[in-house]
Amino acid sequence: MPEEVLGPNILEVENLKKYFPIKGGFFGSTVGEVRAVDDVSLYVREGEILSLVGESGCGKTTTARCILRAVDPTSGSTRFRMKDGTMVDIAKLKETELKPVWREVQMIFQDPFGSLNPRKNLLEIIGEPLYVNGIRDRQTRMNRVAELLELVGLRPEYMHRYPHAFSGGQRQRVVIARALALEPRLIIADEAVSALDVSVQAQVLNLLLSLQRRLNLSFLFVAHDLSIVKHISHRVAVMYVGKIAEMAPTEELFRRPKHPYTAALMKAVPIPDPTLRNELKGLPGEVGNPANPPSGCYFHPRCAYATEICKTKTPELRTVGPDHSVACHHAEELNLDGIGELKSSPMTEALSQPDASTGNAPPS
Amino acid sequence: MNEDRGDVVLSVRNLKTHFPTDDGVVKAVDGVTFDLHQGEVLGVVGESGCGKSITMKSVMQLVGKPGRIVDGQILFKRNRDGTNTEEVDIAKLRTNGKKIREIRGGDIALIPQEPMASFSPLHSIGSQIVEAVMLHQDVSKQEAKRIAIEKLNEVGMPSAEQRFDAYSWQLSGGLRQRAIIALALACNPSILIADEPTTAIDVTTQAQILELLKRLQREHGSSILFITHDLGVIAQLADHVVVMYLGRVMEQGAVSDVFTHPRHPYTRALLASIPSLHSEPRIELPTVAGGIPHPLQRPNGCPFHPRCPDAIPGTCDVAMPKLLDVEQSKVACFLHHDEAEEADA
Ligand SMILES: Nc1ncnc2c1ncn2[C@@H]1O[C@H](COP(=O)(O)OP(=O)(O)OP(=O)(O)O)[C@@H](O)[C@H]1O
Ligand SMILES: Nc1ncnc2c1ncn2[C@@H]1O[C@H](COP(=O)(O)OP(=O)(O)OP(=O)(O)O)[C@@H](O)[C@H]1O
Ligand SMILES: [Mg+2]
Ligand SMILES: [Mg+2]
Repeated sequence: MPEEVLGPNILEVENLKKYFPIKGGFFGSTVGEVRAVDDVSLYVREGEILSLVGESGCGKTTTARCILRAVDPTSGSTRFRMKDGTMVDIAKLKETELKPVWREVQMIFQDPFGSLNPRKNLLEIIGEPLYVNGIRDRQTRMNRVAELLELVGLRPEYMHRYPHAFSGGQRQRVVIARALALEPRLIIADEAVSALDVSVQAQVLNLLLSLQRRLNLSFLFVAHDLSIVKHISHRVAVMYVGKIAEMAPTEELFRRPKHPYTAALMKAVPIPDPTLRNELKGLPGEVGNPANPPSGCYFHPRCAYATEICKTKTPELRTVGPDHSVACHHAEELNLDGIGELKSSPMTEALSQPDASTGNAPPS
Repeated sequence: MNEDRGDVVLSVRNLKTHFPTDDGVVKAVDGVTFDLHQGEVLGVVGESGCGKSITMKSVMQLVGKPGRIVDGQILFKRNRDGTNTEEVDIAKLRTNGKKIREIRGGDIALIPQEPMASFSPLHSIGSQIVEAVMLHQDVSKQEAKRIAIEKLNEVGMPSAEQRFDAYSWQLSGGLRQRAIIALALACNPSILIADEPTTAIDVTTQAQILELLKRLQREHGSSILFITHDLGVIAQLADHVVVMYLGRVMEQGAVSDVFTHPRHPYTRALLASIPSLHSEPRIELPTVAGGIPHPLQRPNGCPFHPRCPDAIPGTCDVAMPKLLDVEQSKVACFLHHDEAEEADA
């Protein structure tokens, strides 16, 4: 594969915070706050796929929604490079100034069932952003919708059908087609393939990768499946309780994780090989509560390597190599296991023999 | 087949569930046959739209209009009090009759694919679990609340007692999923149907939930029907696996056998399309050639033949291969008919 040339940063998120107030008491006063996103900094280059991974509730969706201004961040900046090269800070824009940004940044949501209006057919669903952006001629919209449906591998004649007649995987492709309608440059995909089964998932991943190559699209790819993340992304950011724990180029992160949390995530991936069973390991304990996070390093209560300093001092995210940063006091001392070399197993051997499935040749 | 498998608790035979629409009949499930044995995890895989959810909704008599079970049997060995077993053909029950309402949630619980469908946003998750418990068990409200909190704890809900009063929309995806599993387990069902229960959550939680399901299976002897697109999860959790395509079963057998010796070309294609932690990044993944056919334009013969690299012209496009025993597995493929023995008459 030729080395891909990545452009300048299309997105620069700096010190992003989102605190949700916890209301209580007699007068609905604020009694605390949920630190859903707590000082996140990251960047995405033009044409790059950055994945954001981490456990449930760690703030991935909130980060994504803040970047897009689906919710207003508490503080921080999210600078976006528009098509004409100007940098705008999305976090500081007025509501009325967001529309041109939303043409260039699109979000694909987590739940393909909730995000499609059941009373609209695909033409209306996918055509809506076109209409809103001034394409009033119905035939032009129909042609564009047909093109988009084909782009995501659905039949153009489906445009007159309603979402309920489609399976989960088909609906997710509708969602992607809608997101692509206005030719965005950055796509924020929140668990965009996690509801799909493998062969469709492979198709959608191939689709996203080809869109990235052909249209030079950039992605912030929020996901929990590390096999997919490893497959698709150039770089990975690992999040824990509102903070970035580690960020590194994909290969490096998987070969030599520096944060114990990253290594723990890798151990929990179910390997699709029944001859390698019982290697699944969940993490002990509970995810830290963002309304009342642990002292020091938020991960220390679950960390096998925690020492005194981890209980008292919050580690800064610091650079440990090219493009590689980590927030762990012991990053340099630890020698953590990543994903090892491929072990050969009865299954991989069986599958690598091309004729193993059909056994004998078809009768002639 | 293995001698040491438990009794069959659920036997689905030649099930057909169709949707008459203005344009024609969508044969979502068109002759599905499988057995779920006591204490076993049976995994169900197959491409999007192949009828996995409709099969499971049929088992619960929850198929929405205009869908209807048009043929086949769903034989359930019902054993509520531990002594008498009655055999119920769920396919013959009225969709809203007394019996199916007892079975639903009481004997067979479903974790639905749509995560928002389980809980009403208007009531706390705790009160809804309490309601489910009281619907099927003769217990006081306090006792029901105790059971609800116990279930929430059992599924690893942090601070279960406080979260009892939370609304589903206040929970993150993973916690909501645990609440849904707690709701499904509220009445100690003998069969748990889990339709993609771990797809919306992260790996460490998934590992915990899979361990939880394994533990339930071990401790309560529950039988689990587990639908997922994640072949990794099937490999780690299931004892047996059913591979579906376009409303039919293509291959079925012990996971250890099917994964190491996939016999149906479709099963092989599925296994090849998984991105692995060990494969080269950002390459194009092998996919099953072609697209899923229009639901109203089912191919003649074997439904997979237009996409099959090994299809035999004049055979596969003419007749539908039967699901036959091939060594330890069952396979519906003419490539294997020489070595096959008639399974179901
Ligand atoms: N509107 C809100 N009000 C209060 N708290 C919220 C709100 N939205 C999210 N939170 C809290 O913020 C934290 C981060 O939630 P978020 O949905 O961003 O997590 P996530 O990483 O996307 O999780 P998942 O993998 O489960 O989707 C959680 O503790 C969540 O409960
Ligand atoms: N109300 C309906 N009207 C017409 N066709 C329907 C209806 N509901 C489902 N179908 C069709 O039935 C088929 C099976 O759907 P089902 O939801 O069971 O698929 P699935 O295997 O669960 O897919 P996924 O993995 O995407 O969830 C699909 O082709 C779908 O389009
Ligand atoms: Mg999320
Ligand atoms: Mg389904």
